[in-house]
Amino acid sequence: MSIRERMSGNEAVAHAIKQINPDVMAAFPITPSTEIPQMVSTFIANGDIDTEFIPVESEHSSMSATMGACAAGARAITATSSCGLAFMWEVLYVAASDRLPIVMAVVNRALTGPININCDHSDSMGARDSGWIQIYAENNQEAYDNYIQSFRIAEHPDVRLPFMACQDGFITSHAVENIELIETDKVKEFVGDYNPEHFLLDAEMPMAIGPYANSPFYMETKMNQRLAMKNAKKVILEVAAEFEKISGRKYGLFEEYMLDDADYVIVIMGSAAGTTKDAVDHLREQGVKAGLLKIRVFRPFPGEEIAAALSNAKAIAIMDRAESFSACGGPVGSELKAALFDAKSTASTVNYFYGIGGRDYTVTEALNVYQDLIDIADGKAKPEQFKYIGLRK
Amino acid sequence: MSQATDITKINEQSPYYDITPGNQIYGGGGSRKFNTGEWRTQTPVIDWDKCTQCLLCTPVCPDSSIPVKDGKREDFDYDHCKGCGICERVCSFGAITMKEGL
Repeated sequence: MSIRERMSGNEAVAHAIKQINPDVMAAFPITPSTEIPQMVSTFIANGDIDTEFIPVESEHSSMSATMGACAAGARAITATSSCGLAFMWEVLYVAASDRLPIVMAVVNRALTGPININCDHSDSMGARDSGWIQIYAENNQEAYDNYIQSFRIAEHPDVRLPFMACQDGFITSHAVENIELIETDKVKEFVGDYNPEHFLLDAEMPMAIGPYANSPFYMETKMNQRLAMKNAKKVILEVAAEFEKISGRKYGLFEEYMLDDADYVIVIMGSAAGTTKDAVDHLREQGVKAGLLKIRVFRPFPGEEIAAALSNAKAIAIMDRAESFSACGGPVGSELKAALFDAKSTASTVNYFYGIGGRDYTVTEALNVYQDLIDIADGKAKPEQFKYIGLRK
Repeated sequence: MSQATDITKINEQSPYYDITPGNQIYGGGGSRKFNTGEWRTQTPVIDWDKCTQCLLCTPVCPDSSIPVKDGKREDFDYDHCKGCGICERVCSFGAITMKEGL
């Protein structure tokens, strides 16, 4: 029997860590992810788990220590947000190219500057090309479920890539909601032990990690990373299918909400999907064919699969919670439009920015976006690209 | 136990699928097979008539490129010497000179 509880997103992830009891956690506090290492430290102090906690002096060090521990053969984790993630930058790429299956809880928060502690996706979106798998949660239940699945995906022999389990800062990380937890023995059995074939502390077989790879080897290394990322798509689905057996909860690369016959579709990621579903329900009551596609897996990007799922849509709004300053769209917008172009989609697309720096995105804003889509599909309005939703004028 | 990587089979002609994940090398001593001597722009040359076998040069070599056998130094390991010139500086007898080039 699953356990009904009330928890914040940070508590949910900390609870998952307690159930999994990883070997090493190296972390440095940063709002809004601080509670995760704080709670884990309490579990360790209380003797609930025997994870080795490494208090470091910076995030560059937390990622480096996590990498070292993982290379040594440990199941190693960390957590961070915003500038903390930015401070890890250099090491993120090394962890990915060295193929170390680190799991990092990312609690999304706007990057400074100006300094801001609230949610947007600029931190992890900036790291989207670092070679890490990225999965985004809509609520605390998904934060917990994604975290439990992450180890199986990252450590799979066909993948071996580091993993960012993302949730929205404060909105998900600090809001207390109902949650269904899985019994600890079932979680342990599902996640399993981490027994890498090769590890630095193996006295029988010494090894070198991260050798010099100049132009004759760098491209081949990147190709192998790309193939691993491609393999991750299949593994994510396999792990989700197994997870459904122990939880009853179904996960895919993305979630479709009232999408089958939808003419007007919002594509969105993270907690704002819940708000948008409310708008869909309102519109459906009025007979408007509104639908939603929530991206769960952003790396690897399921472009072909999303384009296929959107093949019947007349107008699509692609929502970005991070500026890219390309002046030509946000990260989700640019990548999805490219995928739709290759799929020869004839739907009108419009790319919006919402929730930047924690700006409110409510059901009213979502309804306005659907109205835009209806006007665009009816030929009453042209798509106004790259609009900031909620910008004061 | 797992197999050591045969690094003689990983070279500049290897296709990507023959390269280990993360370029990890399994088994020790692989650096011996990596010829770093070609990075040299200056090359130490020993004058055996001046060498007294004092062995001051051997321990200061950062690349362990001055082999010693039966208490006597041998010629440089030019596959790994990078031509830093520390041995020339430390030699009290002027037995080592750096010549330009490889």
